[in-house]
Amino acid sequence: MTNEQLIEQLTSANPDAVVKQGSQYPEITVAHDKMHAFMQNIKSDSSLAFDYLVCESGVDYPEFIQVVYHLESTTHQHFLVVKTNTENRETTVLDTVSDIWPTAEFHEDEIFDLLGIKFNNHPHLRRLFLDETWGFPLRKDFHDDIHVVER
Amino acid sequence: MAEIIEKIVTLDEIKTDEYFVNMGPQHPSTHGVLRLLVKLEGEIVHNVEPHIGYIHSGIEKMTEALSYPQIIHLTDRMDYLSAHMNNEAVCLCIENALQVEVPERVKYIRTIFDELQRLASHQLWWCASGMDLGALTAFFYGLRDREEILDIFEETCGARLTLNYSVPGGVMFDIHPNFQRRVKAFIKNFRNKIPEYDNLLTGNIIFQNRTKGVGVLSKEDAIAFGVTGPTGRASGFSCDVRKHHPYSAYPYIKFDEKLGTDGDSFMRWKLRMDEMRESLNIIEQLIDNIPEGDYATKMKAVIKLPEGEFYQRVETARGEFGVYIVSDGKKNPYRVKFRSPGFSNLFTINHIAKGWKIADLVAIMATFDLVIPDIDR
Repeated sequence: MTNEQLIEQLTSANPDAVVKQGSQYPEITVAHDKMHAFMQNIKSDSSLAFDYLVCESGVDYPEFIQVVYHLESTTHQHFLVVKTNTENRETTVLDTVSDIWPTAEFHEDEIFDLLGIKFNNHPHLRRLFLDETWGFPLRKDFHDDIHVVER
Repeated sequence: MAEIIEKIVTLDEIKTDEYFVNMGPQHPSTHGVLRLLVKLEGEIVHNVEPHIGYIHSGIEKMTEALSYPQIIHLTDRMDYLSAHMNNEAVCLCIENALQVEVPERVKYIRTIFDELQRLASHQLWWCASGMDLGALTAFFYGLRDREEILDIFEETCGARLTLNYSVPGGVMFDIHPNFQRRVKAFIKNFRNKIPEYDNLLTGNIIFQNRTKGVGVLSKEDAIAFGVTGPTGRASGFSCDVRKHHPYSAYPYIKFDEKLGTDGDSFMRWKLRMDEMRESLNIIEQLIDNIPEGDYATKMKAVIKLPEGEFYQRVETARGEFGVYIVSDGKKNPYRVKFRSPGFSNLFTINHIAKGWKIADLVAIMATFDLVIPDIDR
């Protein structure tokens, strides 16, 4: 499916989501409460079939924390970027997608470790790199007097 | 005495409790500081939980305070055996964002370096995993031949391991006058070495018994767990970025994407051996045709990416490496995420090692080709 067709199909199927062409790939921003159903749908729909979760990353913005999913279909070779924002920077809870793509379990561990997003229904959420004494380093308001030298 | 011999002990009678063993963080077969918490019953693995972070260096956080050219030299500290591919990924991402067209000469040089790096990485994997499985001779053979590639690297860019040769817009220096001659000599030489490698290990019956059928990863699982690179391709998952999303000089050349069917440890082994041959073919197609021209385009002294998000994928020796840059238009990035192949590959280990013996776990890890800084970042 070409990018234009993909955008068209996603727009008609998800009227309240924001679909646009990004700098390289089509991008869709889904509300956090509808995200899990949407993800299940794009994986099981045979014309979309996004079965390969390439990358899952968290980005800290002033009003919310965003999780970005880079998805590819191994049958149709098309690529999609899905974004979900947390409600605000205090309530940082999202649904897990590890039941849809098992690899997400560990990407979500990493996001929890570095950005402090909690994932509902995650089988075993744990800090992956750091121990409990750390805050969440990838948040922009993170301060560490011992390890970080501010210029 | 006779009474004891007459009694036949069944497995159920000697059934023991489950217990935990820490494999690592300083175990030789973990290739760095990785700790596997293994739940065992006797010698049989019931569960493996990887604990990582021993050499987490916070590279993603560091990038937020650095300029784009400074980020590049951090990337070759991650997967130090695929240093050039990691450097190239960041350079390509910056070039795509700024829509800079690099000279043809640069594309050829980068691709040759990619493949030389892949060969060097596979050679080290070959000899080190031979050692993991108890064949120490392989280690000396592999390191002897790898030296030749490292010398070629050193002559052109001054470094042997962390090359830092790619810069935004091109490469740092032009290739050394000896480069083409030495690469051709290396290809000729190394073609004769691969059968030697096969004789030493691939055809060895002890080696085959330890790897055939061990740790099977199905194609569906490979896709679901995002297992890429030779490990994923051994399961039949066609995931070669060079083929599906060609970059640099890969669109100009003919090569096969090797695919396996079995997905066991032996297949992963064989696939990397085949990839070495294919890498030689790729270099052969390019080495005589390096076009004349500049080795870099002029870039601005301070590189600022336009506002937006950019993703670049390349194929390293371990699989798909991705760079995700979020830019807010300043001279340092807002957020950089590295999608490292080893991270996704490692976490399948629990899935496929269940039910195998602890020695098989070593065989599985050997054929997964893990590099820990790549996982920890």
